[in-house]
Amino acid sequence: MNMKQYIFSLIAIFFFSNSGFASSPTEPEVGIEAVTINLSDVKSLQRGARNFFNYCAGCHSLQYMRYEQIAEDLNISEEQLLDNLIFTNKTPQDLVTTNMLQEDGDRWFGKAPPDLTLVTRRKNPDYVYQFLKSFYIDHTSPTGVNNLIQDGTSMPHILWLLEEQMIAEDYNRFILDTVTFLEYVGEPIQQKRKSLGVWVISFLVLFLVFSYALYKDIWREVK
Amino acid sequence: MSKQEESIFTNPILKWVDDRFPLSSLIKDHATEYYASKNFNIWYIFGVLSMVVLIIMLMTGFFLTMNYKPSTEDAFNSVEYIMRSVEWGWLIRYMHSTGSSFFFIVVYLHMFRGMLYGSYKKPRELIWIVGMLLYFCLMAEAFFGYLLPWGNMSYWAGQVIVNLFSYIPVIGETLTEWIRGDYFMSDITLNRFFAFHVILLPLAILALVVAHILALHHVGSNNPDGIEIKDYKDESGKPIDGVAFHPFHTSKDLVAIIVFLILYFAAVFYAPEMGGLFLEVDNFEPADPLKTPEHIVPSWYFTPYYAILRAIPNAALGAVFLVAAVLLFVFLPWLDRCSVKSIRYRGWQYKVALFAFVVSFVVLGYLGMQPATGIYVLLARIFTIIYFAFFLLMPFYTKLEKTKPVPHRVVYKK
Amino acid sequence: MSKVGRRKFLSIATSVTSVIGGAFAVTPFILSFQPSKKAKALGASIKVDLSNLEPGSLIKVLYRGTPFYVVHRSDDMIAQLKTINSDLRDPDSELSIQPNFAKNELRSMKPKYLVVEGVCTHLGCAPIEKFSIAPADMGPDWRGGFYCPCHGSKFDLSGRVFSGVPAPSNLRIPPHRFENGSILVVGENSEDMNV
Repeated sequence: MNMKQYIFSLIAIFFFSNSGFASSPTEPEVGIEAVTINLSDVKSLQRGARNFFNYCAGCHSLQYMRYEQIAEDLNISEEQLLDNLIFTNKTPQDLVTTNMLQEDGDRWFGKAPPDLTLVTRRKNPDYVYQFLKSFYIDHTSPTGVNNLIQDGTSMPHILWLLEEQMIAEDYNRFILDTVTFLEYVGEPIQQKRKSLGVWVISFLVLFLVFSYALYKDIWREVK
Repeated sequence: MSKQEESIFTNPILKWVDDRFPLSSLIKDHATEYYASKNFNIWYIFGVLSMVVLIIMLMTGFFLTMNYKPSTEDAFNSVEYIMRSVEWGWLIRYMHSTGSSFFFIVVYLHMFRGMLYGSYKKPRELIWIVGMLLYFCLMAEAFFGYLLPWGNMSYWAGQVIVNLFSYIPVIGETLTEWIRGDYFMSDITLNRFFAFHVILLPLAILALVVAHILALHHVGSNNPDGIEIKDYKDESGKPIDGVAFHPFHTSKDLVAIIVFLILYFAAVFYAPEMGGLFLEVDNFEPADPLKTPEHIVPSWYFTPYYAILRAIPNAALGAVFLVAAVLLFVFLPWLDRCSVKSIRYRGWQYKVALFAFVVSFVVLGYLGMQPATGIYVLLARIFTIIYFAFFLLMPFYTKLEKTKPVPHRVVYKK
Repeated sequence: MSKVGRRKFLSIATSVTSVIGGAFAVTPFILSFQPSKKAKALGASIKVDLSNLEPGSLIKVLYRGTPFYVVHRSDDMIAQLKTINSDLRDPDSELSIQPNFAKNELRSMKPKYLVVEGVCTHLGCAPIEKFSIAPADMGPDWRGGFYCPCHGSKFDLSGRVFSGVPAPSNLRIPPHRFENGSILVVGENSEDMNV
């Protein structure tokens, strides 16, 4: 083996094993299908926000988010925000908190409903989607339901009536919109981050062209 | 230094400065008349790249401290505040969190370069030792910084690492309390770790970087052939195989820096979490002393040592092995008994040993992320043995090496 | 291109690109100093219920970290405001900052409510209310107003500055409006704000 092959094989091992690293911590558990989240679909995000504030916000907070910012990012006017999304005495500048006290939540549910701002980053969107779709009837549980992927969950099946009334396709859409909204809430600048990256990297590539040409020119005299 | 008399400037203001400050001679000694071998390959860019990352970290860190709050009440909140509320805070924070991983990538490759080409050998032992001190400071800096977001993984990783000190006989318990300033990982602990992270360690790192570079420029850079280019000079006293750091190496380094920045920003903009390696999923949840994450795993750059710690059945002994695994690097200049520096001219023994070492380092890194059960424990033990064998058997196998003749001039193909 | 020309071109191109790149790189850092979303949310308008504010009394509120005084002026107070113009430096508020609707001797949206920034226009101290008429410390001519303890500037009950004191102009009137009669909204950008 010559020197080049030797080093090359070291690098190959490094990257090969690297790809092994990357998959381990967030790998979806068995039985979770991947969903496609489209954060540029403003309509879906708006529906998701409506779903969240109508069905989830009674118990779950988004304590790192302000109503105002959601409205601004999702093209929701202040009027629509006040009429359709804020059901409490909050102002648009307020954080999305619940009126439920931690102790009450602990007493009512065994464990207070968690804040959902970062749930898609903590669990990943596929998991949240699958969780919301995996309730089943279980009479031994205090809430009358249990969950296939989170056994013994203390969350009741809030969407039970919807699941009964809607056709499957609409219900899936409903859940997907909600998860899309939560994914946005997890990292509001995600879209901006990805679009800015293109510019930064393009600029660097241009910079690379000039600097490489300069380097070649300067090194021409080295014999 | 004799160069001091002639100023390189024509500008009167710079000339005025030059009479009062050794500006000309600094520029000459460290740039325009610092000669380094012309045959540097890709392994020689990681020194300058770690400098680039250091600057990025100091810059972004400085701006993060303006909005971060080192208290258990506010820390997690203030990180989310930076991510959402502060204008461009998200970019500054991602640059910092991604930067820490890139720092270790670059530093590990830089260390590997030293091992490939014998850069730790005489007369560069001190450069290597200072570099290892830098590595230790960097590890401490990363550990303290990792605690600051006060996520659940921050909390438990901090807990585990601090508890390692409790294995020190007699004083262990007292020592851990002294480190924490409390009986558990508390507000007091977070506050002092913050002070270490933003003041003491950055200052120590900067001072060591200066020492590292001064020592390097005193003896001159090594090269892929492991030849002392200073031994072969032309009539004007300039090494024949050397080219001036500026403009030759600077123009080359600039290209490398830009390529590096492309990779770095690709991660910042498209994979800031890197599938849970750069930002762990458990850290998206505030610290909860009642809820240990299912797999407590340190950041990826510590996992080789973590695997060694867990591979040893006795906890106290595990801690000893962990410390030894880190410290052994310092002794490389004396463990290696081969007279030839570069791997290009060394015998098969060292090539095999280094290969096995790199494999064991990487595999241990992988095992450190896996649960310590079944086959993983066995593998961790095997590779721990290989890891230590590389260092401890080095005096023997390097003596047996049959080396190739080292040429007088560096190999340089245009 | 000649060798020298080529080198020159590439050097300049690389230098210019690095300067532009440097400028791009520092921009987010500079912009991060702007008020954050939290600061903006906390700095949004505030509402004050004035229905319990008795004539002749004052309340102080903090808005964006600055004190604001709201005075419910009695009819007597309003009446005497018209008699002291000759003692004032800027009786018609030509040199002072206020919304257009307040550019008159009452300097208010509703005659009875004075809403004024509690910041002396001299060096930023908070003036003290002196509403009693001719008290011992203010002298026999005092008709009620504000007195700045730092350098002795005096203002009337419309926040207008008297002549012969250090403060150069009248106290500032913030943008404000009323909701449902007695709810004062401070900080709402009314379109007719001047200066």
